[in-house]
Amino acid sequence: MREPFLKLRGICKRFPGVVALDNVDLDVYSGEIHVLLGENGAGKSTLIKILTGAYQKDAGEIIIDGKEVQIRTPREALQLGISCIYQELNLIPHLSVAENIFLGREPKLLPALGIIDLKDRYKRSAALLKELGCAVSPGVKVKDLGLGKQQMVEIAKALSLNARLVIMDEPTSSLSEKEVEELFRVVRQLKEKGIAIIFVSHKLEEIRQIADRVTVLRDGRKVATLARGEFDIEELIKLMVGRTLKEKFPKINVRRGREALRVEDIWTDTGLKGVSFSAYEGEVLGIAGLVGAGRTELARAIFGADPLRKGNIFIYGQRVDIKCPEDAIRAGLAFLTEDRKTQGLILGESVAFNITLAGIKQFRRWGFLDIRRQFETAEQLARDLKVKPLDIRRKARELSGGNQQKVVLAKWLCTRAKIFIFDEPTRGIDVGAKVEVYNLINQLLQNGAAVIMISSELPEILGMSDRILVMSEGRITGEFLREEATQEKIMKAATGGY
Amino acid sequence: MLKTVSEKAVKEPDIQAEGKINWKDLLYSLGALLGLILLSAVLTVLSPDFLTLNNLMNIARQSAINSLISVGMLLTILTAGIDLSVGSVLALSTVVMAILIIKLHVSPFIGVLAGLCLGAFLGFMNGILLTKLHLPHPFISTLGTMNIARGLALIVTGATPISGFPFSVQFLGAAFWGPIPVSFMLVLVVFIIFHLFLTRTTTGRYIYAVGGNPEAARLSGVPVERVLVIVYTLSGFMAAVAGLVLIGRVNAAYPLAGLGYELDAIAAVIIGGASFFGGVGTVWGTLVGALIMAVLRNGLNLLGVSADLQTVAIGAVIIGAVYIDVLRQRAINKGRR
Repeated sequence: MREPFLKLRGICKRFPGVVALDNVDLDVYSGEIHVLLGENGAGKSTLIKILTGAYQKDAGEIIIDGKEVQIRTPREALQLGISCIYQELNLIPHLSVAENIFLGREPKLLPALGIIDLKDRYKRSAALLKELGCAVSPGVKVKDLGLGKQQMVEIAKALSLNARLVIMDEPTSSLSEKEVEELFRVVRQLKEKGIAIIFVSHKLEEIRQIADRVTVLRDGRKVATLARGEFDIEELIKLMVGRTLKEKFPKINVRRGREALRVEDIWTDTGLKGVSFSAYEGEVLGIAGLVGAGRTELARAIFGADPLRKGNIFIYGQRVDIKCPEDAIRAGLAFLTEDRKTQGLILGESVAFNITLAGIKQFRRWGFLDIRRQFETAEQLARDLKVKPLDIRRKARELSGGNQQKVVLAKWLCTRAKIFIFDEPTRGIDVGAKVEVYNLINQLLQNGAAVIMISSELPEILGMSDRILVMSEGRITGEFLREEATQEKIMKAATGGY
Repeated sequence: MLKTVSEKAVKEPDIQAEGKINWKDLLYSLGALLGLILLSAVLTVLSPDFLTLNNLMNIARQSAINSLISVGMLLTILTAGIDLSVGSVLALSTVVMAILIIKLHVSPFIGVLAGLCLGAFLGFMNGILLTKLHLPHPFISTLGTMNIARGLALIVTGATPISGFPFSVQFLGAAFWGPIPVSFMLVLVVFIIFHLFLTRTTTGRYIYAVGGNPEAARLSGVPVERVLVIVYTLSGFMAAVAGLVLIGRVNAAYPLAGLGYELDAIAAVIIGGASFFGGVGTVWGTLVGALIMAVLRNGLNLLGVSADLQTVAIGAVIIGAVYIDVLRQRAINKGRR
């Protein structure tokens, strides 16, 4: 039996409030395409970051070529022959392809003077790209290339580094079908060269096409490693999800009430082209669509974060003029942004500060804040939402993703909002916390709120929505009731109906 | 990574009033104060003249102008901004007071009021340049107004000082109440007001929110642009107030007054534990920062150290104070992991 190139034994990693990796073993052989499969929050990214030196493991061994190694920095990872191609590519847009490939390792004409051998660099870049069968000139600026070609440049860079293990983190998530084919061709080529490949994905169809072996992670644990021929799609889903749909999506039915929000023919400079819809009390309105379809833009436009070029917004039948988020909050809207850290929270401030920020005016008396009442309210909301740890003096930064999301929700409950727009409410939080978020959404419904839920995860959309809108290129291209919606129908509408 | 530089000050003393005392935070807020006490102790040993009522009151008086400017500067730094124009705003508003009161014989009250309003107006313009013209950073907008205000001060005075204020105008800067300089009492009153403003009003809390994360603040309904305009207006206003104290001390207004004051104010705010990246800092930290600078200058004077060498020392203190903060922050992060 051949020795694996990479052996992981008992890798553990904890973050405040979350066990990201729990005793994970993994073997990856040279010349193998090893798919790492798991839902968001299963621990895939953490594992990768430990391999690339971005995080340090808390416990466990990393063994390369039979020798235990320490990977303390990204540089050490590169020296060990580990290259990673991240979702957000790490290229410098305004430099040429050749400059990017040899960044920091430029071939020198006169090493003492640091003068770069331009010709050599160009030639070697061209050779690498040719080897990959990629028709890109080394002189072109990276910003002028499409995403697929940029990925090729990253792969060429990995080759130039003599990488023996290439990690690809969801490389196909933003590629067209043709680009994906091209990528797969190149990945197989790397395999032929005897390079080990870790391919992170949650697209099951791709796995069938490319995987030699699949390792499934769930909630930070390794669930199974299966070789080609040993797995079928159904089985993988079961392993990945690990619980029944009903447990995962605790959907409740509430009687639909009055129309809470009506949007008529909204146009914006951010790409919305005549969007109209209504949302009702007691209803979860799911909004599906591909990245860039205009879902977040729609939420931002309604909430006054971006200006409207044209169109009207009605709340409980009253036309409202929303010019800024302040107006939206006054009208009873709440917007839970997709990125908690950059748009939802003031990370350096306390939980209490964050919870009371949007509704702070209610604590004003004679022009001054009633601090006692402010903290009592914050404490009460934190308790209601089971924020852990229950310490409202703690900085928001120190909470786990799920608890941060609860703090954001508490902030909006504090404003007494009636219409909640959730943008990717469960992104980056673990499975248990997701269920808690869904239960909170249920509570909102029972209290007569209207909920609009934007999500890129179709199971979540299908599992939690009463009604589903599908967007594509700034327009609404489909509307389905819960009973009639399927993944296929939604995907068809999301790709513009072709 | 950069964000970690400074997180010491107690942002919400009111939380602590709520029962449990957060000792860690308390210790951080005391960091600069401990430095001040240590510095004073050393100077007491080295110079018999240091710990005398007379000298302490001297320090109080000498620190007043910088303190007043610093509290305005603190607001801008809390929003992750900066106000380079304060020294020039001080100069322009004082020479305008001088021209109105001394040359044009306007009533002192109206003249002073006009000068203060001018300071506030210049600050307001800084805010407008930043929020409406969308200049990329207040460093640039206030660098512009710094030059404009300085130039105007030179033009309107013909580059010569104007002296001969009535005592009523000099009162704040020159008068004493018993042994205590009125200017220092003004500082205490102003700082208490700003403390209440920052901790007990919505606008004050918004300032921290804007500095901590402007996008999240905006999406939480914080009128970010209005907050910024208020902050720069107050900074300009405080520069003019400091100018009024300067008038009292030297009984003159001169167009080159306040040169480099912006840098002293920035130093006081930073020594006092505020983060240059916004969202962190307190008025009391800033007061301690201003006092540290004044004590250092005073002590070195007493010890006969040359003015040039004093400047070197101040520079070293700024670097040292922030470096200690970096170390402490690193220790916290390690402890957390």
